[in-house]
Amino acid sequence: MTTPIATATSPSAFDVEAVRADFPALNQESHGHPLVYLDNAATTQKPQVVIDTVSKFYERDCSNVHRGVHLLSQRATVAFEQARTTIKTHIGAADSREIVFTRSTTEGINLVAASFVRPRLEAGDEVLISHMEHHSNIVPWQLLCEERGATLKVIPIDDDGEIVLEEYERLLTDRTKIVGIVHVSNALGTINPVRQMIELAHARGVPVLVDGAQSMPHLSVDVRKLDCDFFVCSAHKVYGPTGIGALYAKREHLLEMVPYQGGGDMILSVTFEGTTFNDPPHRFEAGTPNIEGAIGFAAALKYLDAHGLDTVAAHESQLLAEATEAVLAVPGVRLVGSARLKAAVLSFVMEGIHPHDIGTILDSEGIAVRAGHHCAQPVMARYGLSATVRASFAMYNTASEIDALVAGLKKVREVFG
Amino acid sequence: MSDMRELYQEVILDHNKKPRNCYVMDCPTRTADGHNPLCGDIVKVYLRIEDGIIEEISFQGHGCAICTASTSMMTELVKGKSVTEAREIFEGFHEMLTGVAEEQGIELGKLQVFEGVREYPVRVKCATLAWHTLNAAMDGDESVTTE
Repeated sequence: MTTPIATATSPSAFDVEAVRADFPALNQESHGHPLVYLDNAATTQKPQVVIDTVSKFYERDCSNVHRGVHLLSQRATVAFEQARTTIKTHIGAADSREIVFTRSTTEGINLVAASFVRPRLEAGDEVLISHMEHHSNIVPWQLLCEERGATLKVIPIDDDGEIVLEEYERLLTDRTKIVGIVHVSNALGTINPVRQMIELAHARGVPVLVDGAQSMPHLSVDVRKLDCDFFVCSAHKVYGPTGIGALYAKREHLLEMVPYQGGGDMILSVTFEGTTFNDPPHRFEAGTPNIEGAIGFAAALKYLDAHGLDTVAAHESQLLAEATEAVLAVPGVRLVGSARLKAAVLSFVMEGIHPHDIGTILDSEGIAVRAGHHCAQPVMARYGLSATVRASFAMYNTASEIDALVAGLKKVREVFG
Repeated sequence: MSDMRELYQEVILDHNKKPRNCYVMDCPTRTADGHNPLCGDIVKVYLRIEDGIIEEISFQGHGCAICTASTSMMTELVKGKSVTEAREIFEGFHEMLTGVAEEQGIELGKLQVFEGVREYPVRVKCATLAWHTLNAAMDGDESVTTE
């Protein structure tokens, strides 16, 4: 037995009410109740600074990037490329040229599948993913494996929602051409031991893609410490705009990768006989990009960094611990996903009541949760479920919102008797 | 809360708890699978149609309370009715839920308890999945989705 250490945090360390004041959407009623937004794993609300950054771009700097000689285009280009640098710094990459802007996490995965894996995937080869992947880290590989006659292999997970590492080691073979693994599970909240998994893969010379959609808002990510080959994420899960994401890829990989889409901006020169492609990252950014999205993405990361990810993570861990205890105390509630290391995602079911009915009743109390399969049907099937209720927390959630959730769940019981 | 009572009426909760005609039929003349990809609800409808009359109907599946109760009540209502009558009831039911017609001539009887669903557009598909599936089975289609 160790002596419990007092872990009283000073109340001034993280002022959640001040944070809430930064998010205009939180200040509204839903069905006559104060909005309790607990669907953050689907998308987060945006702080005023992100909204302002996007509108200021349209008000002042709106023009295309990388091509105009005029002032507005120069301002837009500088802001766009600075955004790339902000993302680079935030995730600990060495070089801004390792950051490719995408539409989403999904596009990042598709890009890696098409430009890096496809040319080196042969019949009989294997792609290795886990049982807890989002559909976006399953379907692109399925399509590719079908096309190439390769096999999609799946790392099993245990009843708590943790990767079975011994099985993972066994599944890593000479035929494995890539490992795709989610950093934080959107359906279970599990934080996977990606660093260890990457080490094991690299020992066999296998590159690894980390799906960081859910880890970006909750964890301090350092791609160089992780030593991942690819890291993909989306802005909207981390307080930024929708329609913009980023792919980090080691420069040595980017230099080898074939173009993803053809078009403007990804070329140096074009004749009808042939095209010279631009250097990475531009080689992978055909067409006019989501300029305001990229700039808004950077504003969101700066906002988060100003509070400090460790501080935010501590606040969210506290919320998760409190919510887990409180929700489990509601009769008939069963948790889905009880890994030792979890991010602020609480997936659960209530005996005899379908998640959709729970979602509708909570909504009538102003509480927004996700009810469904969370775009992760295989993981639902693993637990013999078709759906769960998911409450997912962000930096602006409070303990009193957990009380509201619990009161809402008691109402669900009342309605269903 | 009163809104929720409106949506989850006693009849609905009762059918959800104890769904009627919920079994695998031995020798159906028609079957169809219904799937709502949005929420993962799945319904399989079994029919024994003789001379244009639904002599027997049963179902299997899993879904929310609205979906389960709607399916259960549908089986009770259309049993013994002709295929044409069943289609007419579905039409009236659909109109009640989507608000196309304020007044319609079709007698919906017990199905009126689903009127509250109208206020919840995302849940309308939960109430109509079984009916779409029944329609598919009567048409001879093997599967249907609500998307």
